[in-house]
Amino acid sequence: MPDHEFLGVLALTWQAAVMLGLGGLLIYLGIAKTVEPVLLVPIGTGIMLANIPLGGLTEADGFLAVLRRVGIDTELFPLLIFIGVGAMIDFGSLLERPYTVFLGAAAQFGIFGTFFMAYFLGDGGLRLFDFTFKDAVSIGIIGSADGPTSIYVATVLGTKYAAAIIVAAYSYMALVPIIQPPIMRALTTPAERRLVMSARARRVSKRTRILFPIVTILVVGLIAPKATPLIGTLMFGNLLRESGVVERLSQAAQNELANIVTILLGLAVGGMMVAADFLRAETIMIYVMGVVAFAVGTAAGVLFGKVMYVASGRTINPLIGAAGISAFPMCARVVQKVGLEANPHNHLIMHAAGANTAGQIASVVAGGAALALVPFFS
Amino acid sequence: MAEHIVEAPAAGKVLRVLATAGASVAEGDRVCVLEALKMELPIVAPVSGTVKAVPVAAGQAVEAGDTLAVIEG
Repeated sequence: MPDHEFLGVLALTWQAAVMLGLGGLLIYLGIAKTVEPVLLVPIGTGIMLANIPLGGLTEADGFLAVLRRVGIDTELFPLLIFIGVGAMIDFGSLLERPYTVFLGAAAQFGIFGTFFMAYFLGDGGLRLFDFTFKDAVSIGIIGSADGPTSIYVATVLGTKYAAAIIVAAYSYMALVPIIQPPIMRALTTPAERRLVMSARARRVSKRTRILFPIVTILVVGLIAPKATPLIGTLMFGNLLRESGVVERLSQAAQNELANIVTILLGLAVGGMMVAADFLRAETIMIYVMGVVAFAVGTAAGVLFGKVMYVASGRTINPLIGAAGISAFPMCARVVQKVGLEANPHNHLIMHAAGANTAGQIASVVAGGAALALVPFFS
Repeated sequence: MAEHIVEAPAAGKVLRVLATAGASVAEGDRVCVLEALKMELPIVAPVSGTVKAVPVAAGQAVEAGDTLAVIEG
């Protein structure tokens, strides 16, 4: 056997070394800082495995190459994840507070803001970076703050930056508690943040809870057909949960299915981050724009919250608008924290959870809308 | 003297009860701690006064709007 088959260290380029370090950093953040460990530990390990010289995991029929072909290029993994997510989400907080739908919609503005910026920096204007129209749309989807939606849209559009976009989307979801509060404080007055909202809400019947996923599939599917795979799997999971007759399947979707696919998806996404594709100026720019996407979405949600604050005769706390981006339940927790620090009697968590679950649906619809609109422009 | 009812701000579980009936509390003292969405919500007294009743126990599930304590002050 030739020497180089033994001595990967001789084939180690500085780029691969940087990637090994990055993989190590993600594993460290996951374990030592408990930043989204469920995602960062598999992704970090995937990066390491992919960048071991001569390891062959990303070549031809290598382990990571197979995972990518089977689960990501086919869009299978994000859809399976959505079945689990749907089974985990209690849409009750949204159904009890239907007005939160508007906050979920407003916060999707981050998608469009970021898209315009990416397109302007790329083919649509300055041409500083190699961003085509489809790349720009995929980068914008980071603003949906939703991992599976980002994966789905990026792979359907076939952007060459799928790995960077997916990793950016997941890393910023973990950073929501750091990105959001300064924006929320800057855009609201202490009096607005102190506003206590009534805890009592009208109860929704079991029938409403069961009909909700079915009606959502029909309405969203018929209006934005491209969103059907995403909304269909999400709502199927939710139907398992709310139907009350398939508790076994609901539990399996929330636990076994979600956990197994998370392992495979994490490794596959990490495996997409090979030095040659990843270490370029565009990747860094995508990371920068990812922060912009989250920040603009947060700001749009809070500003629309202020509109509702005035329109509702000061009964809606504008902070809950920040939960309109769909990172669930991180945003709802951030809103609860910022509200409580302004007023020790102010518990916004249920209202924020309503906006947060609305944001989950809105981000899926926005992803579907983006997929539907792209063919008209490119 | 008026009775103030401390309501649960969210559906969740009572993690700890800190107030006891008959004791006096100051505004801002913790009455109990709720858990909702895996987050701890410290429930504090809205006024200073005497605790008249604490109808919940640790481990109990509550709905939004349920009475957690009655304070006279």
